[in-house]
Amino acid sequence: MIFGEFLITLYILVLAIFVGFEVITKVPPTLHTPLMSGSNAISGISVVGALLSAGYGETNLATVLGCVAIVFATINVVGGYTVTDRMLKMFKKK
Amino acid sequence: MRENIIYISYLISAVLFILGLKMLSHPKTARNGNFLSAFGMLIAICATLFERNVINYQLIIIGIILGSAIGAFLAVTVKMTEMPQMVGLLNGYGGLASALVVVSEYVRLYPTPTLYEISTILITLVIGLITFSGSLVAYGKLQGIVTGQPVTYPFQKTLNLLQFFVIVTGAIFLFMHPEHILWAGVICAISFSLGIFLVLPIGGADMPVVVALLNSYSGMAACAAGFALSNYALIVTGALVGASGMILTRIMCKAMNRSLTNVMFGAFGKVEASATAATNGKAKSVQGYSVDDAQIVLENANEVIIVPGYGLAVAQAQHNLRELADMLEAKGVEVKYAIHPVAGRMPGHMNVLLAEANVPYEKLYEMDQINTEFERADVALVVGANDVTNPAAKNNPGSPIYGMPILDVDKAKTIIFLKRSMAAGFAGIENELFYLPKTMMIFGDAKKTVVDMVNVLK
Repeated sequence: MIFGEFLITLYILVLAIFVGFEVITKVPPTLHTPLMSGSNAISGISVVGALLSAGYGETNLATVLGCVAIVFATINVVGGYTVTDRMLKMFKKK
Repeated sequence: MRENIIYISYLISAVLFILGLKMLSHPKTARNGNFLSAFGMLIAICATLFERNVINYQLIIIGIILGSAIGAFLAVTVKMTEMPQMVGLLNGYGGLASALVVVSEYVRLYPTPTLYEISTILITLVIGLITFSGSLVAYGKLQGIVTGQPVTYPFQKTLNLLQFFVIVTGAIFLFMHPEHILWAGVICAISFSLGIFLVLPIGGADMPVVVALLNSYSGMAACAAGFALSNYALIVTGALVGASGMILTRIMCKAMNRSLTNVMFGAFGKVEASATAATNGKAKSVQGYSVDDAQIVLENANEVIIVPGYGLAVAQAQHNLRELADMLEAKGVEVKYAIHPVAGRMPGHMNVLLAEANVPYEKLYEMDQINTEFERADVALVVGANDVTNPAAKNNPGSPIYGMPILDVDKAKTIIFLKRSMAAGFAGIENELFYLPKTMMIFGDAKKTVVDMVNVLK
């Protein structure tokens, strides 16, 4: 990776951290558990990396590792979103 | 062209994740926010499948079906009381997935990864595997497979430092000779064991902090993997999760008046023994009251504030408690719930448990909102909580919980404690409230007592 490209990535990282802090401090304590399970779900974004690893042409060690990564990341995505929805469904007004 | 479409899709996903989190700022919009976020994930996955290099679809489909089935099964069957374990486990899987992705990347680039590639791969590997093994231990502690007591052993810090030193040495060596797969293996193994050794000495009571911290680490691992793969979707999303976990960790530490270092290396439970022994010396008597006594007080109250603790969930009495509250409201009593940040076993846990019992969310009040209200309340009904009401946190500098923010239950006109026995609370400290003349202690199983109260009120 060229240094300029790395700098752009760093910009994105720093700005994303600030957005994260701003948005998440507004989440009320009542919803902190769904926040955690929901962030489990979005940290399943590593599925994107896993898909790339598993998707390359021939089947070898790299693609098999990628495939195992897909399994764990998908558990996070599907499990995380489903359980978050299960919880949020219960929060009702009188 | 194809690349551009993929990158724009990732941008849309990132925006949808942020909007989803933003909509979590209110229970009314939260559920739709979760849908939006899930839709963002779908876009990211579809866009990736569109990538030119992705041609091997068999493995992908098998992986996705297997992962979805396991994930859905876990999500549907988990009990709300077990939510901390579930989140703990998912943190671990997130860390493991990121680690596996970079191992795969290392294998693919072998034997000539560049310095940038090998360093980002190693950082991801270390964070990811610490998250994975640490989460497994946290899961074990919460589930009761591993002892909840802090496990201490001689040369604990030295051993951890040594492991850290091996990791750093191995990393420097790999920077120079990235093809030495043995060293990569050693780093993996030591990272895994370091995660175990770091979490094992932390007591069960501190697991909420650990789970929040590991939540943050799982995000950082994804973020680091993003650097390794030059993938913006992973970087942005990982940063969001990392920030979220950090905020929650800070909130939990503040609620217990402990620093993160103290939680990580303090082995809290160890202090308890001496504190209990010291206070047990003075013999004080406590008067037990009956359910009928409580009924008279409750019925004549204008405002009742319920203070639930984890003992409520252990006794599975949430539904009965809500029934009791409904009956009081039918008699014109105003009922509110005061939720201490560490009332459950993870941030916001008690709120979920009460929501499950159909308690409307607008009746749940945070500590800061409700503390001024106690002086106006006729009754504070404490169910299965103890330490979070203990005035020793305010007026006894010698107490282990001194400085911890508490619910000002002592300001209420009458305090009713539902308690299993006179045993001290989680932190093993006596509560002087039990001996006040305005306090009514009702001993017994929380569920049975609440059911009796409901029957008496009928």
